[in-house]
Amino acid sequence: MKTMSDRLSNAFSKPHPALVCFITAGDGDTSAYLDALVEGGADVIELGMPFTDPMADGPAIQNANLRSLGAGTTTADVLRIARKFRERHPDVPLVLMGYANPMIRRGPDWFAKAAKEAGADGVICVDIPPEEDDALGPHLREVGISPIRLATPTTDAKRLPQVLEGSSGFLYYVAVAGITGMQQAAIESIEANVSRIKQSTDIPVAVGFGVRTPEQAAEIAQVADGVVVGSALVELVGEHGENAPEKLRELTASLAKAVHSAARASA
Amino acid sequence: MASNPNTYRNQPDERGHFGDYGGRYVAETLMPLVLDLEREYRAAQADPAFQAEFDDLLEHYVGRPSPLYFAERLTEALGGAQVWFKRDELNHTGAHKINNCIGQILLAIRMGKTRIIAETGAGQHGVATATVCARFGLPCVIYMGAEDVRRQSPNVFRMKLLGAEVVPVTSGRGTLKDAMNEGLRDWVANVHDTFYIIGTAAGPHPYPELVRDFQSVIGKEARAQLQDRIGRLPDLLVAAIGGGSNALGLFHPFLDDPDVKMLGVEAAGHGLDGDEHAASLLGGFPGVLHGNKTYLLQDDDGQITEGHSISAGLDYPGIGPEHAWLKDTGRVEYTAITDEEALDAFQLLCRTEGIIPALEPSHAIAAVAKRAKEMPKDSVILANLCGRGDKDIFTVAERLGVQM
Repeated sequence: MKTMSDRLSNAFSKPHPALVCFITAGDGDTSAYLDALVEGGADVIELGMPFTDPMADGPAIQNANLRSLGAGTTTADVLRIARKFRERHPDVPLVLMGYANPMIRRGPDWFAKAAKEAGADGVICVDIPPEEDDALGPHLREVGISPIRLATPTTDAKRLPQVLEGSSGFLYYVAVAGITGMQQAAIESIEANVSRIKQSTDIPVAVGFGVRTPEQAAEIAQVADGVVVGSALVELVGEHGENAPEKLRELTASLAKAVHSAARASA
Repeated sequence: MASNPNTYRNQPDERGHFGDYGGRYVAETLMPLVLDLEREYRAAQADPAFQAEFDDLLEHYVGRPSPLYFAERLTEALGGAQVWFKRDELNHTGAHKINNCIGQILLAIRMGKTRIIAETGAGQHGVATATVCARFGLPCVIYMGAEDVRRQSPNVFRMKLLGAEVVPVTSGRGTLKDAMNEGLRDWVANVHDTFYIIGTAAGPHPYPELVRDFQSVIGKEARAQLQDRIGRLPDLLVAAIGGGSNALGLFHPFLDDPDVKMLGVEAAGHGLDGDEHAASLLGGFPGVLHGNKTYLLQDDDGQITEGHSISAGLDYPGIGPEHAWLKDTGRVEYTAITDEEALDAFQLLCRTEGIIPALEPSHAIAAVAKRAKEMPKDSVILANLCGRGDKDIFTVAERLGVQM
């Protein structure tokens, strides 16, 4: 079994960009869905932790959060899903993504240890910016989990070093100023911002928000180290329920083909 | 904790923290915006022209200073301490909310923003925001839970008359917190031209500080008026708390007067022993929501639970972070009043003083009634009458079983 940091760095050391796939934990048969994503060719899994107030998410992921919580999903359930995934897929990196309050409710120490024990490689916390890093970051680094930060079109050159400081694994470039699952940004703007970021860091840069189709993913894969797809997958879960694995496998395979056929823009 | 232990008035620190509370827990997209807002607020604080325009609008548009009133018949009826009211229900638009909206719209204009958004629960903050937007000719979008839109139709109509677009929020459970989520989603997608006028002393730094500062006109006036009228400070200040802006506005100028005790009154709804209340301080736990760390109604997994109060203005699962700090330091005492007690106090004030209060300050009045009886007749209680009750008469009629 690989160590934590190895799994993420291996995913971004392949000769092609990485496909990062997001679904919300506890919204349906998550284990079956995760297996479908891996079979389809996902290089990194982002497992969403449901929250009552997903402020940065559009309708698709909001509804997934509500379905999951409506089904009674607890933090213990999310960690159990992660642990079982780790047992079935010892080499596939897993990142927990969510909001601060469920992560710090029992204390950041508790969460960092529990996430580590469940086999998570990284944590993305939407509403803990670098200014509030103390609330969680030191505890994650202490146990060897990568705090994965977000950079956005509003993150200017002056601010970027602060965002990069203390982050590892990969940097998540949010392509649009907005919420998840809405419109896609112009590729020119993505390319300019990603190349600006890459001048400041060796951390791989994955691009997400508004990426829905293989065509879009292929375009972004030309300029980034990874492509993140979330809402389009979550919508398949919402639409197809127990029949979702086949649909997820198909979409993931076509996204993977698109992303993997690009050469790494920089390595 | 405060770096100077002799003052309670130097919070927050430079990172926007009130002790462990407050801060800037927002998505990265908003972070540069809240930093800009802080810079602009510091510049405005140092600009005499900004303060002069704020003061001028408060005097000639809002109608300040609001009166300080000795409630003689209520005092007699209670048979204890003298009860005085700060009459912020006489402001233009009928509540304290307008003080903050004037300050924030001046900041928005200073920052060159051309579009205003806000969230509202009962509609008072929405009306106040729509009012200042009309006054300054800026387009305005108000997010309001779909259920509140239905229950508060007079306020919805007021906002529309004033030119605002009212967007019913159906996401989540369609409540005030969901309206605030939707406001944040709008803001994150329109950062270039949009200013978010937050209605209470909560949200990411610097909102809790600037809302408190704009509302502090209440306490500053009351302090001077009381000195003028009776030549002394009050023994006890009382104010209702939803997010907590009217209470902070009253309390803050008195925080360093050790002989002035303070009582914040939360909504106990059907009682603190069940889940049907909105008392974040007395019945919640610290956590992070809507940009700040503070006491929240939440379960063991950190999922936010719904508040309940007869007063829609108190029905929010959080509380301003400065109150969280004032609670932990012990400087302010917090208590809670049930729906029934607030209804009784509502009727008591109507009959003894000829004032129909909003249900929010009715909670404060109920707490005053309890305390006044335990205090000597030469002691002085000052309570904030933060809103008038016109908006609540339908709710009260329904609860009293009256057909209108």
